Amino acid sequence: MFDGIIQNIFNALQWGSFYSLIALGYCLVYGVLLLINFAHGDVFMVGAYLAFFLATCLLGAGSLPHWLILALIVPLTMILTSLVGVAIERVAYRPLRRKGANKLYVVITALMCGLILEHANLAIFGASRRSFPTLVDQATINLAGLSVTNLKMAVIVVAFLVFILLELVISKTKIGMAMRAISYDRFAIPLMGIPPENIIVFTFALGSGLAGLAGLLFAMSYPVLDPYMGAMIGWKAFIAAVVGGIGEIRGALVGGFLLGFVEIMAVAFFPSTFRDLIAFTILLLILWKKPTGLFGVSRYQKI
Amino acid sequence: MALLEIKDMNHAFGGIEAVAGFNLHLEGGELNGLIGPNGAGKTTIFNLVSGFYQPTGGQIFFRNTNTAGLKPHRITGLGLARTFQNIRLWPEMTVLDNIRVAHHYSLGYGFLACIFRTPTFLRREREVTTAAYEILESLNLKDFAQELPKNLPYGLRRIVEIARALATRPALLMLDEPAAGLTSADLQGLIDVIRMIHQTFQVTIWMIEHQMQVVMDLCQYIQCIDFGVTIAEGTPDQIQNNPAVIKAYLGDDTFQCC
Amino acid sequence: MKQFSIPAVLTVTLVTLVGISLGEGINLYWQDVIMFMGINIILSASLNLVNGYMGEFSCGHAGFMAVGAYVSSLVSVALFTQSSLFGAPILSSGWAVPLFPLCLLAGMAAAAISGLLVAIPSFKTRGDYLAIITIAASFIIKSAIENIKPIGGARGFMGMGQVTAAMSGTADLPWMMFWVFLGVVFTIWILRRFVSSTYGKGILAISQDEIAAEIMSVNTNKMKIVAFMLSSGLAGLAGGLFAHKLGYVNPGSFTILKSTECLVMVYLGGMGSLSGSVLSAVVYTLMLEILRFVIPWINDLLRWAQLIPTDYQVTQIWKWVLIPLLLVLLMQFRPEGIMGRHELADYFPWIKKFYRFR
Repeated sequence: MFDGIIQNIFNALQWGSFYSLIALGYCLVYGVLLLINFAHGDVFMVGAYLAFFLATCLLGAGSLPHWLILALIVPLTMILTSLVGVAIERVAYRPLRRKGANKLYVVITALMCGLILEHANLAIFGASRRSFPTLVDQATINLAGLSVTNLKMAVIVVAFLVFILLELVISKTKIGMAMRAISYDRFAIPLMGIPPENIIVFTFALGSGLAGLAGLLFAMSYPVLDPYMGAMIGWKAFIAAVVGGIGEIRGALVGGFLLGFVEIMAVAFFPSTFRDLIAFTILLLILWKKPTGLFGVSRYQKI
Repeated sequence: MALLEIKDMNHAFGGIEAVAGFNLHLEGGELNGLIGPNGAGKTTIFNLVSGFYQPTGGQIFFRNTNTAGLKPHRITGLGLARTFQNIRLWPEMTVLDNIRVAHHYSLGYGFLACIFRTPTFLRREREVTTAAYEILESLNLKDFAQELPKNLPYGLRRIVEIARALATRPALLMLDEPAAGLTSADLQGLIDVIRMIHQTFQVTIWMIEHQMQVVMDLCQYIQCIDFGVTIAEGTPDQIQNNPAVIKAYLGDDTFQCC
Repeated sequence: MKQFSIPAVLTVTLVTLVGISLGEGINLYWQDVIMFMGINIILSASLNLVNGYMGEFSCGHAGFMAVGAYVSSLVSVALFTQSSLFGAPILSSGWAVPLFPLCLLAGMAAAAISGLLVAIPSFKTRGDYLAIITIAASFIIKSAIENIKPIGGARGFMGMGQVTAAMSGTADLPWMMFWVFLGVVFTIWILRRFVSSTYGKGILAISQDEIAAEIMSVNTNKMKIVAFMLSSGLAGLAGGLFAHKLGYVNPGSFTILKSTECLVMVYLGGMGSLSGSVLSAVVYTLMLEILRFVIPWINDLLRWAQLIPTDYQVTQIWKWVLIPLLLVLLMQFRPEGIMGRHELADYFPWIKKFYRFR
């Protein structure tokens, strides 16, 4: 019984980590452009697939040790995924932004980009699911009587590390400061001698890189890939980001973990088909009560 | 019965007292001014009276109704209209539609009547259109009825916004810096329009204004506030020579107005 | 003359549609396409009320469609057919034709009430936060339907085929074509009357400046409730027609993809343009069907040019790559949609001479 609860908590933390990592990407882009990047969930999917192809290539290439392959895959996946994210920004969003199109049209374009990624994948690689090769042997760690698999532990640790790093980047570095500034006033940024397009590209690269990392970790933990895996998880992570207070790094983290916990607890007490129903109802209630999310502050509207 | 009675109104944003102990008594028929340096809390007072903010202390009675907790559209329905410092017309609706929509308080029909085009609906639509044209006519705006406000020059937009406020048939019209951003050529026209409205529409006017020319020309009685506190009140002459007002505006010493 | 032109055109169109369907002037496939076109028109026009005219961003339209589909199906199945869920029919099948609109109305009413789920939060919040609330609401509706076992859960609900069969028993006409046509006319009629009245223009005012709307005596909360309930109610109508057209429904039809389709049609047509919504629904539906034919050609062409490996087939899935791609390109060249904010009559003033709209 007690062990079951502990296992549930670890599961919740693991899922929370996935949600948080994706939510962070939404959050970064929203913070800078006030744009919901609906393609982000599918960028996560692309990340998982890239990791898959890299892993199979490297495994087939020769007798590299598994730890080296992993060490190569992590940065490569992140870089390639961030390239995908930046490419979407360059090709689809930037021209619209330049034309001063209504923000909603950019959002629709984002939705369309997500659909393209999903279905291009489906069309090119077929509907068969792919299984991710085992790179790390599953092992159980015993921590003071609690047993956790090494992968779960790794996912959780990575999520927290990423959060701390990101917090540092945002609050301490020059580019982080520029990112915060741009969300307050986009028009004052170029006047201060900061090139806004560079900041935007950096933001997309960072967010997509994190999605790629999340994709890799997800593929390692749940080694079955299909083209639609990103859509649902992406929507959920996004709702989590909003519940936390979109545009706030802390909010994305807390929202992600909150969603993870709510889902796991719902499954623990109810049939598993109730998971989405309960999770979304709770999130909706939070938003009813606190429309700007847990950490968000409403933008002051001058009358 | 007084038209508007404000007693000891307070408002705080967080820790900052934006308005402290503000009092006002309007009997009806006046043309009063509210002046003060930037950030003095003038617009906050307007927002409190029109119902966007709830005062943290004190009471507001409009036509003997306590307006506490009333939504702005209810207060407007009681007969209070206002304009905004930065013009807030609906830019993509024609001038005529801008004025017609301001009749919402008295439409007297609902969704179903609107769908089934009941006799009440048709009669009211006709009446609203006629009334809108009357207002436009009285302000010499009839030629612009089918224009979009975003295509009008700035000075004209000001007048359209005042016309829209008049469409709600107010007993009290609150103008928030009507002369802001106008050229000196437009100023005299605005003064004439406001005076004309005050006389022909039988409406009490209470305005915030920075342009001393406008205030001194129009207002019968002026209140000056600074940091949320009323520092002086009186006739234009009294205000002009009041040392506290001079100090608030210019710091110390000399006062060279206009 | 002028006031009769629209009813005359509509009657002629209806008679033609029903006539050629009956006389098999067009085959069943194209009849289906026309019906889906009608359903799409209802969806895009109704979503345009909220997303275009009121300027909110609601992306959960499929959820309300689902409510309408299920409720109207349940009512019609209970009334007219022998089913395992409700047992014997309550009324004889002769009543199916006259009472069918009531079934659709029941679906509309239920969908309108579920619209409150997003209307009430919209008092306090708007923009992106409201968008999330609408997405969450549509997920909740879909998930709730999946979890109600008596109506089939995730497997779906069927039996509506017998309802249409009962209607055909009364008179052998293409009834669904008839109802879809009436539904479209009803939707456009109701929306047009609403947005052209001073009352309905209140929602335009809300979209352009909510604070000014409130101070100019527009009861913004009430207008939002009206707009959301009308929009979701009409989505429910589309859902009811959709369910009876197919003869079965399952929650899988009402995913976020369906909502996305609705959004695409609204923005393709232009925000706040009814004729744009109609046009874009027609264009969009046709585009889907044309691609169905074009894709095999592309396959053959590429095979002939030896650009694709021999074991690869260009399948229908490419449709869902090409359509978003086309739309992305369209957004780049005409970011305000086909019609922008205008109606057809704004571009072609001469057509105003031929009709009068009341």
